[in-house]
Amino acid sequence: MTGGISEQAGWKACPTKTAPAHGTLNTYPLGELSPDNPRVIVYRSFFSALLNKAPALPKGPLQTERNLMEALLFLGCTVPVRNLNYEVAARLTAQKLGITLRDHEAFGCCGFPVKSLNARDTLVIAARNLALADKEGIEICVLCNACMGTLAEAAHTLDHNPELKADVNKRLETVGLKYEGPVRVRHYMRLLWEEVGHEAIRAAVTRPLSDVVLAPHYGCHYLKPSELTVGFDSPDVPRTLSELITVTGAQVLEYATMKDCCGGGVLGMSEEVANALARVKLEELSRSNAHAMVLVCPFCNVMYEGQQKKIAKAAGADIKVPVVYYPQILGLALGMSSEELGFKLNRIKPADLLKIVES
Amino acid sequence: MSRIKLNDLDPSFKDRVARQPGGEGIRACYGCKACTAACPIETVDKRYDPRKIIRMALLGMQKEVLESDFIWLCSSCYGCQEVCPQNVKFTEVMFAIKNIAVQEACVPAGLTGQRNLLKERGRLYEVGDFENEKREKIGLPRIKEHPEDYDALL
Repeated sequence: MTGGISEQAGWKACPTKTAPAHGTLNTYPLGELSPDNPRVIVYRSFFSALLNKAPALPKGPLQTERNLMEALLFLGCTVPVRNLNYEVAARLTAQKLGITLRDHEAFGCCGFPVKSLNARDTLVIAARNLALADKEGIEICVLCNACMGTLAEAAHTLDHNPELKADVNKRLETVGLKYEGPVRVRHYMRLLWEEVGHEAIRAAVTRPLSDVVLAPHYGCHYLKPSELTVGFDSPDVPRTLSELITVTGAQVLEYATMKDCCGGGVLGMSEEVANALARVKLEELSRSNAHAMVLVCPFCNVMYEGQQKKIAKAAGADIKVPVVYYPQILGLALGMSSEELGFKLNRIKPADLLKIVES
Repeated sequence: MSRIKLNDLDPSFKDRVARQPGGEGIRACYGCKACTAACPIETVDKRYDPRKIIRMALLGMQKEVLESDFIWLCSSCYGCQEVCPQNVKFTEVMFAIKNIAVQEACVPAGLTGQRNLLKERGRLYEVGDFENEKREKIGLPRIKEHPEDYDALL
């Protein structure tokens, strides 16, 4: 069979790569076909050779007056108390990129901490939060991987199990709530990837983080169970966080222990086991040339930042790995200052990183 | 390990696990050990061996499983679930086994503490005046605790 895709499709010109580049078009739905939809812009630029038109990528920062989408921000337990830097950076970058994050006064814990005691209780607590969002008719945006897993799994389970949904609703009735669904739950990273799009982010960057090397840490519940992340990312070949780091201009470190679990899930049961898990990655990164480790979950932060001193002491090694959150480095690339992005609250100062970016 | 007397074991234990929400997949396991190979906890603590735990449950070693301390070492990373060829969903099975242990009153103290915190505040960490002041200083909205639903539902 000669010609390949281009001849079969009847296209006149054929780009040198017949398959779309990794991470571009095929991985997310198009959305409305208006000329200022960032994904239409990406299509146009990608196929510009075919269409014989100049690419319509916006120059400079994205308009922020236009509201891309709206979501209810679910903070969970840890972020609003122990990770204010993550919250601030997420809110600021969302605003800049056209995502409106609304707060719901009654959101509380997602239910994850009691799953070992009673998994049904966790489902009911998660459903309670989902029901609150259902009433508002807006989807949920989370910052924590564990909240992500718990809420998304609950929604998935209830949406596919009418009997179970009826049972859970009977319990929710006692507090005057009901889950109809479906309620969509996405991590902030997923909103950035699917709603804003990494090409649009690249176009919005005014201060590329060149010469900065960053090590992505996805965390377990960002990628798994894979049924919940189909079409978004893959636990075997994860790429969304890496590509979102790349568009800020920074270099992504590829390292052996990237897919490791942080151990946060067992910290409550055995500090020793949890620290042993976190130690492996910290030791590798300490030896590498990464300026910082990039996280998207407060649990992982407790392990890698909070426990770092203890782990270093127990290992008898000089481990020093600055820890930052993705929205913080995104914010820097979008031109915000380290002050407004809460870098003062990062306990292991990414001094070298900030020196490169802000000097 | 001491001798196991099959007559002392409880063959209905696996049915109990299968009846517990999340535990249904236990019957499908044929002991390939892919889960153990994928488990990050097992590399640092050999006591926590997913395949071994399933074998013990399937054999009916109810007492040894429920009273053990190693069943609490699962970090719920879902690594096992991803590689399992039989769709056992071992992470959910572990939660189911832990839930049964709780029913039999074998639970580490720390966990019940967390449940009480949720009933009291609706959150794990208190958001009082001190925390809200810190939030306001950095430009974040205040948070009010709403424990009523949690108290009623738990």
